[in-house]
Amino acid sequence: MSDRVAIIGIGWSGFRPVTPEYSYKELMYEAARRAYSDAGVDPRRDIESFVTVAEDFHEGTSIFDEYTPDQLGAVLKPMHTITGDGLHGLATAYMLIKTGQFSLVAVEGHSKASNLLTPDGVTAYAQDPVLNRPLRMNTHFVGGMEMNRYLYESGSTQEQCAQVVVKNRSNALENPSAPFGADLSVEDILSGPPLSWPLGVRETAEHADGAIVMVLASEEKAKVLSETPVWILGAGWSNDSPGLENRDWSSANYTKNAAKMAYRQAGIYHPYQTIDFAEVSDIYAYKELQSLEELGFFQFGEAGLVTEEGLTHKDGDFPVNVSGGCLGMGNLLDANGLARALEIVLQLRGTAGPRQLEGINVGLAHSWRGVPTASGAVMIMSN
Amino acid sequence: MSDKISTYPGTSLSEKEIRDGKVLSIQDQMPGKFSWDTGIAIGKYLAGLKDGVIFGSYCATCRRTVVPPRTICEWCFQPMDRYIPLEDTGIVNTFSLCYVTWDVRRIKEPETPAVIEIDGASSLHGIMHKLGEVEPQEIKIGMRVKAVWKSAEMRQGAITDILYFKPHEGSH
Amino acid sequence: MSMRKVAVVGAGMTKFVRRALETGKELSWQASSMALQSCEMTMDDVEAVCLGTAPDAFDGVHMNGEYLSDGAGAWRKPYMRSYVGGGTGVFVPIQGWYHVASGLFDVVLVVAEEKMSSYYPHAQGAFLTIFDHTTERALKPNLLWIFALEMNRYMQTYGISKEDIAQVAVKNKRNAADHPSALLGDPNITVEDVLNSEVLAWPVNRLDVSPVSDGAVAIVLAAEHVAKRITDKPVWIEGVGWNLDTAYWTNRDLAYPRYVEYAARMAYDMAGIKEPRKQINIVEPYDPFDYKELHHMEGLLLADRGEAPQMVADGVTQRDGDMPVCPSGGLLGVGNPIAAAGLMKIAELFWQLRGEAGNRQVPGQPTRGLAQAWGDLMQVGTVVIMGR
Repeated sequence: MSDRVAIIGIGWSGFRPVTPEYSYKELMYEAARRAYSDAGVDPRRDIESFVTVAEDFHEGTSIFDEYTPDQLGAVLKPMHTITGDGLHGLATAYMLIKTGQFSLVAVEGHSKASNLLTPDGVTAYAQDPVLNRPLRMNTHFVGGMEMNRYLYESGSTQEQCAQVVVKNRSNALENPSAPFGADLSVEDILSGPPLSWPLGVRETAEHADGAIVMVLASEEKAKVLSETPVWILGAGWSNDSPGLENRDWSSANYTKNAAKMAYRQAGIYHPYQTIDFAEVSDIYAYKELQSLEELGFFQFGEAGLVTEEGLTHKDGDFPVNVSGGCLGMGNLLDANGLARALEIVLQLRGTAGPRQLEGINVGLAHSWRGVPTASGAVMIMSN
Repeated sequence: MSDKISTYPGTSLSEKEIRDGKVLSIQDQMPGKFSWDTGIAIGKYLAGLKDGVIFGSYCATCRRTVVPPRTICEWCFQPMDRYIPLEDTGIVNTFSLCYVTWDVRRIKEPETPAVIEIDGASSLHGIMHKLGEVEPQEIKIGMRVKAVWKSAEMRQGAITDILYFKPHEGSH
Repeated sequence: MSMRKVAVVGAGMTKFVRRALETGKELSWQASSMALQSCEMTMDDVEAVCLGTAPDAFDGVHMNGEYLSDGAGAWRKPYMRSYVGGGTGVFVPIQGWYHVASGLFDVVLVVAEEKMSSYYPHAQGAFLTIFDHTTERALKPNLLWIFALEMNRYMQTYGISKEDIAQVAVKNKRNAADHPSALLGDPNITVEDVLNSEVLAWPVNRLDVSPVSDGAVAIVLAAEHVAKRITDKPVWIEGVGWNLDTAYWTNRDLAYPRYVEYAARMAYDMAGIKEPRKQINIVEPYDPFDYKELHHMEGLLLADRGEAPQMVADGVTQRDGDMPVCPSGGLLGVGNPIAAAGLMKIAELFWQLRGEAGNRQVPGQPTRGLAQAWGDLMQVGTVVIMGR
């Protein structure tokens, strides 16, 4: 077993609603090239294993992993795909390095959501084919139902959820990689059309294209290659019931369990005191509030209140989604978790530009795989 | 443990049991529509096909010409140096005579898929296409072939702008 | 720095059938439950779950890993699905291996499931979408094409005949007659039967091909200190390897699977194997088509290039030969529920190395075996070496 694992290289491309100038391969290449340059490695010579995250139906290609090696420099190397979120990919690389068998591993995730013309039709195919899909409901209904139950039990309000949108899309204005920056008011959000009541269209992240590549290294390699390694203190991931009939609608156990696992590895007992900032899933605005509570930063029902008070604002005590989150950067499908982790790395390196936070040492990235899943992952990092 | 297991789970059904309604089933078809960005290299390839030209790309580091073209060389991971118009002739690297369609309908006259090494590309570099104007039994590995194109006005920038490859005598 | 040792301590599998009554979740549960019972463990002992299943297009379920999760025992557990096309069945135990070897987990359940019969009218149709959407799919390619193209090239390069290759189908289908889960076991099949079966895509005949199937397999992996407590017969994972070649399959030599060689070399290095032909006692290479077994034996460096058919002709690869190959009956005989078929090979080695393979038992108390799978566009090799 190796000791610690660090992220030593990051690269990205796209982060726009459409990217017609590039094929998905060319989009991946640009991100990879930047990540390898950032890490100071030659993928053909140095990187020992590669991990991608992808789902076939997001790509429109079965066995999509076929098409991943060439543009990442991974031809004739140990490479595999995880059909999960980018944080699952990072956790996989983390495990590979911890076996002691590998010292440099690259992770890739991307979205070409603009090429998927029927996202709702495809997402409907993630519903149970016998029990749920024949009811022919747009899968956002799962978000609406969960939000309704969450508001009912926690006492959080629609205004508080709208406040998340205001904050994140305002944060996005400071992030050149966030196409959905905007100055909005709570009223602007709440006056939008409903998507699946109480969930509104304007509380839902729009899809975007983009690719992210990260290079992970063993402690030994990281110390040689990088002046600003970002250490992984803990990784956790978990599933809850995939069935809509028997899941606990008021909580997100997958997030709670994933956090518990990551905290145990990191030796963290008081997350709010130990962790300085977080990037959490906000595919739907309420998800940010729910996740902050499940991650143990706030008591159940408290996240909405502290959001209204500005605590999670970029100038607050506990900044959340300074990048703009999914609401600001877009829903990047399987790459969402990598986008969250990217912001943590940029911030911990002190290279986040105008949105740089001061005095930070530990950050947490969280991701959720979207409706109808009950699957999430957490990663804790420090500089 | 295999020799200690008396029964293995799993229940076999026949098509008939479903057809007769003894086992219920649900049918559905996914509304999955895609519009894939061709990007730079494949965009060039398709534009070439529309003009009746097969493009490859050349890597000066590896001294290799590949087809279909790409923007990067997968061996050295450097950008490709240039696009090269290749011949529309080549040799059959391998072929098959296929008596079932992609959705498993039986056909009498076989489809004739082949990998064709394109003249002008490096050795063993080719594309998948079909053969035509030849008796299936006459096809041989190593046979020289030439593309048969759709007429210029019918071409639309797709791999099907080449109808098939036919036997071709003569040097390249 | 020594690596944590990982053992297989339990295995279970369903029957492989053309069309199962059970759903994918139910098949996964059946295999998982059986694997846990075989080592007297329960879900409470399992710390994480790894799942393997091939394209979502078969099941007609997007994010199929999420859908299958509760059937595979992943409820409220760390769970991931790994994916390397047809190579997945031998990759998912590798995924389980790195879960344990990393030190993050001590007990991991590894499940592989395939429900191919859901696709109508025939699972083959789902394979159209594995081809490049822009440069190939418009030609309406069939999965059989790439096998036939590769087989033809292999035959031509080394002067191998269809008769040479058909012997593999005969051997494996005969071996499968002793497997209680097998779909196509036949103790009396002959080379003539194979050669006279319907021509699907010359040079491929129907009996050269493994059957589309439904089924699931599960194994339990444990760290050394746990494994020794659970059983006095742990089977160790001594080496793992995987490798992915370029996606541009028309730009490489189809006569030799170099990606399999690279994966094998990685596994041999890890296992400290210098002379694989002497040190490997049982081989379960991937045999979705009969020529693939030969192709893979060469890629695994267990036969010289073009020489694997001679080993079959000489009887070396029979169950009682010097190097038994596919004593389970392989995919050709037991069936090919894609990911499950690969993991079936791991289960077979587990049973063989423990001396529990019943009528299929390889004589001579074998101590080390190798399982291998292959997939994508003739592009990926996955290898696991197991020993007592």
